[in-house]
Amino acid sequence: MNSGLIPEGVKRCPTWKFALGVAIAGAVLLWGVYAMLLCWFKGLNQTNMNNAYGFALWIWADLAVIALGGGAFFTGFLRYIVGKDELKHIINYAVLIGFICYSSALLILAIDVGQPLRSWFIFWHANVHSMLTEVAFCLSCYFGVLTIEYLPLVLENRKIDQVPFFHHLGHNMHHIMAVFAATGAFLSFFHQGSLGGVSGVLFARPFGFREGVLIWPWTFFLFTWSAAACGPCFTISITKLTEKVTGKKLVKDNVVELLAKISGWMLTGYIIAKIADTIYWAAVTAPSKGFRMMDFYSHNSFYGLWILILEVGICGVLPAAILITDRGRRNQKTLVTAVVLASLGVCLNRWVMVLQMLAVPVLPFENWVLYIPSWQEVATTVLPVAYGVILIMVSYRYLPVFPQEPELNPVKS
Amino acid sequence: MFPFSFEWVWNTSHLVFHGGLWFALSIMGIGMTYCIVKAVRDTFRNEKDSHH
Repeated sequence: MNSGLIPEGVKRCPTWKFALGVAIAGAVLLWGVYAMLLCWFKGLNQTNMNNAYGFALWIWADLAVIALGGGAFFTGFLRYIVGKDELKHIINYAVLIGFICYSSALLILAIDVGQPLRSWFIFWHANVHSMLTEVAFCLSCYFGVLTIEYLPLVLENRKIDQVPFFHHLGHNMHHIMAVFAATGAFLSFFHQGSLGGVSGVLFARPFGFREGVLIWPWTFFLFTWSAAACGPCFTISITKLTEKVTGKKLVKDNVVELLAKISGWMLTGYIIAKIADTIYWAAVTAPSKGFRMMDFYSHNSFYGLWILILEVGICGVLPAAILITDRGRRNQKTLVTAVVLASLGVCLNRWVMVLQMLAVPVLPFENWVLYIPSWQEVATTVLPVAYGVILIMVSYRYLPVFPQEPELNPVKS
Repeated sequence: MFPFSFEWVWNTSHLVFHGGLWFALSIMGIGMTYCIVKAVRDTFRNEKDSHH
């Protein structure tokens, strides 16, 4: 029925199977949309946010997807600015994943602000002393950049490409993509950093607080670094998952190994900096404010030292050690384990910097405040996942996302 | 916010924040305008060539 829309030289599943997959993901999406409408019409009383948790599950999800979407800006930077030409075979997918992550982040923010019709206030009545204003500026601009980077892929659809204007437009956009990629890298550097900067300057117990350079706390640099290191790991994870679901090899090993190697060294650098930062905080910063490190990891039923060991050790040191070795990268099982652990690690880092930080009691007579999200918060956080699955399914079916696919999976005529 | 808005103040913070925003938006706007105009020109040029 729609074979004319499917890219040349590749095989896709029957339409009924595709429609069934979209319907299943669509059902989850509708559940999220229902919860979203509840939040919009009835207000934020639908959530379990309170005076202790002004930031909650949504902000964690926002920070996590923004970090995971960092694969788009860093792969784009490597491909267009550094000149790693092999990465042209995976850049489309990195852009698609980045587009999904950033549109999801904006969607979650639109629910979180409670009054989305006033979203434009942040641009018109901007508080120029707030790191979150910088985040809002860079986030929305970078989403524009990602849309521009995704558009040529859409224009490469078989039917759309037959229209001469769209054919030329896609061709011209490819030509100057380095300009957009450089703009994207600039914007990403600042908004990833400012998200970390917020944790570093918030008025609270000295858990997220850090010293730094000029107006930027160390968390500013650690957030950017972790996103550049773990974003490509997420891109590889989703590529491997797509290969598993489709039963096809979509990207050659040398491409994945190159990206994994760069990520591995980035992750190694990041984790050394993170360990040094944690030691300095535990030995100097926290004691200088009258606290011991263990004050932040005891006297509560959830946050123990385990979370630090899990984040830095199991989801940091271990994947870094695997990814910097040739043997670790070449073995599919260890490669997948490493990229999945690195992706989880960055999500866990954002959890600690958003939710554990808010759980720490501020006043001497307060206890640790633990938080369980409402079903509306969970549904609206799952919503972008369902949306992402649908967009990947549609893009994979109708667009030439993986340029090496026809070569790796020749269709018998 | 633009310099003619009543909230605008001529200080470093406003210049850096809004300067960065306009800079990024300008690059995207100019880049896309260039691509679209060139695509229109290429389309007409190709059509013209194919008539010969």
